[in-house]
Amino acid sequence: MQALTTRAQQVERKPLSFLESIYLWNIFKGMAITFKHMFKKQPTVHYPEVKREFSPVFRGLHVLNRDAEGRENCTACGLCAVACPAEAITMEAAERLEGEENLYREEKYAAKYEINMLRCIFCGLCEEACPKDAIYLSETFAPSDYSRKGFIYGKENLLIPNPVTHPTEYAAAKGNRI
Amino acid sequence: MTLLALDWFLLIEKLVLIAVIIFASLGIALYTTFAERKVAAILQDRPGPNRAGSFGLLQPLADGLKLITKEEIIPNSANKALFILGPGLAMTAALMTCAVVPWGNKVEMFGRSIALQIADINIGILYVFGVVSMGVYGVMIGGWASNNKFSLMAALRGASQAISYELAMGLSLIALLMLTGSLSLRKIVEQQMMDGHFWNIAYQPLGFLIFFICAMAECNRTPFDLPEAENELNFGYHQEYSSMKLGFYLFSEYINMFISSTIMATMFFGGYDVPFFNEAAHADLGNWLAVIGIVSLLFKVIIFIFVFMWIRWTIPRFRYDQLMNLGWKKMIPLALANMVITGAVILWLQK
Repeated sequence: MQALTTRAQQVERKPLSFLESIYLWNIFKGMAITFKHMFKKQPTVHYPEVKREFSPVFRGLHVLNRDAEGRENCTACGLCAVACPAEAITMEAAERLEGEENLYREEKYAAKYEINMLRCIFCGLCEEACPKDAIYLSETFAPSDYSRKGFIYGKENLLIPNPVTHPTEYAAAKGNRI
Repeated sequence: MTLLALDWFLLIEKLVLIAVIIFASLGIALYTTFAERKVAAILQDRPGPNRAGSFGLLQPLADGLKLITKEEIIPNSANKALFILGPGLAMTAALMTCAVVPWGNKVEMFGRSIALQIADINIGILYVFGVVSMGVYGVMIGGWASNNKFSLMAALRGASQAISYELAMGLSLIALLMLTGSLSLRKIVEQQMMDGHFWNIAYQPLGFLIFFICAMAECNRTPFDLPEAENELNFGYHQEYSSMKLGFYLFSEYINMFISSTIMATMFFGGYDVPFFNEAAHADLGNWLAVIGIVSLLFKVIIFIFVFMWIRWTIPRFRYDQLMNLGWKKMIPLALANMVITGAVILWLQK
């Protein structure tokens, strides 16, 4: 029969000779290989002490952004929820009342904004869809939790700290992403 | 006071020696488990356990604590007495072997000359063989008493493997004993220490190789770990065991490894002899000479243990028919040939 590829090899089924059948030579060859591995560099990153550097385009946990005066950018237009392929985002809009101008940038804002981190695939389409630069993906990832409920992140988890009142926390949350 | 003509100092001396040696063996076995994991890790390009203490040095204690605090289950249908006896027997047999090993030269202390050996009996190596064969009972009884088919199969495998390889082991030793003319381990070491006399490995390389392979089979180490083949027999003879009873089984394997390394170092590698160092010419060192001897022996033992681990993390397990083929058709004929050749050469040299 003609072989389908040139890579096919005939398997040899010769009975082993006495020397081969005490396996010593092959065992020594194997041991030489494992011995060589003792001097190889370990690829392990010792996690809590050393953290792996993410690439500059890493897409981690979402952050709801504020502008330079500490007002929320989000207007609850729903474009991110529409863009989301995993349908992880839900929100409820509300109208900005008198005297809330220092809290919300536009007349409409998201009263409730939830992302289900178990559904989210961290594709970043919400970030691309947002016309107000209100949501972006940060450099951290979702920590583990004991319940499914804990993975539904509300506004209190997502909102970035106020740059006016808490500038250091804001800088830490913003990270190096542009 | 002279009711019994006992040499009380001898009794105390031996008791202290026994305590020290038993605890040292346990401690070394404890850290052998740690070394096993570290060696495995390094051979596989991993860091290994490094969380408990610096470099993970407290890991064996954490493992022991975990095993002790686990729930202890005795199956309903198990034979309770034998079920408890099994691990105890395995442990006892493993520890008993260290009684005849000479750990070092004599120490002068409190005006007495103390030999660093619990008992210098003239059938030393036969005693070792006898006790090592008893270790099979631990496996056998434990496997049978569990009332579990897998455990029983594993126990049968373990017993047949131990018996097959003990034959070749004994035969390989006969050739060595023809050379030494003595069964006492101390005499064997002293012969190797003499001037113009090399270590026994120089006269019996094949014998050593057979002994080494058989020792590996006796310790149930990979590639001979058929009694605990987890992917064929779930877990082997200790499948029904939990908590510290399981710990004893696992632990006795490491003690066995330590003791068989010691026996090999003693029989073939000069025991507490330091190479290229004439002990008799440095008698002024006194007790330090014995300390150097112990360190030398432990160094050899550590190298053997490392080789054991190195082999374990290199070679996969044998199939059962391969194991039996190797034991009966390869090891025993080789050992017999080695014996006959050694005998013939000795006769020829004496002529």
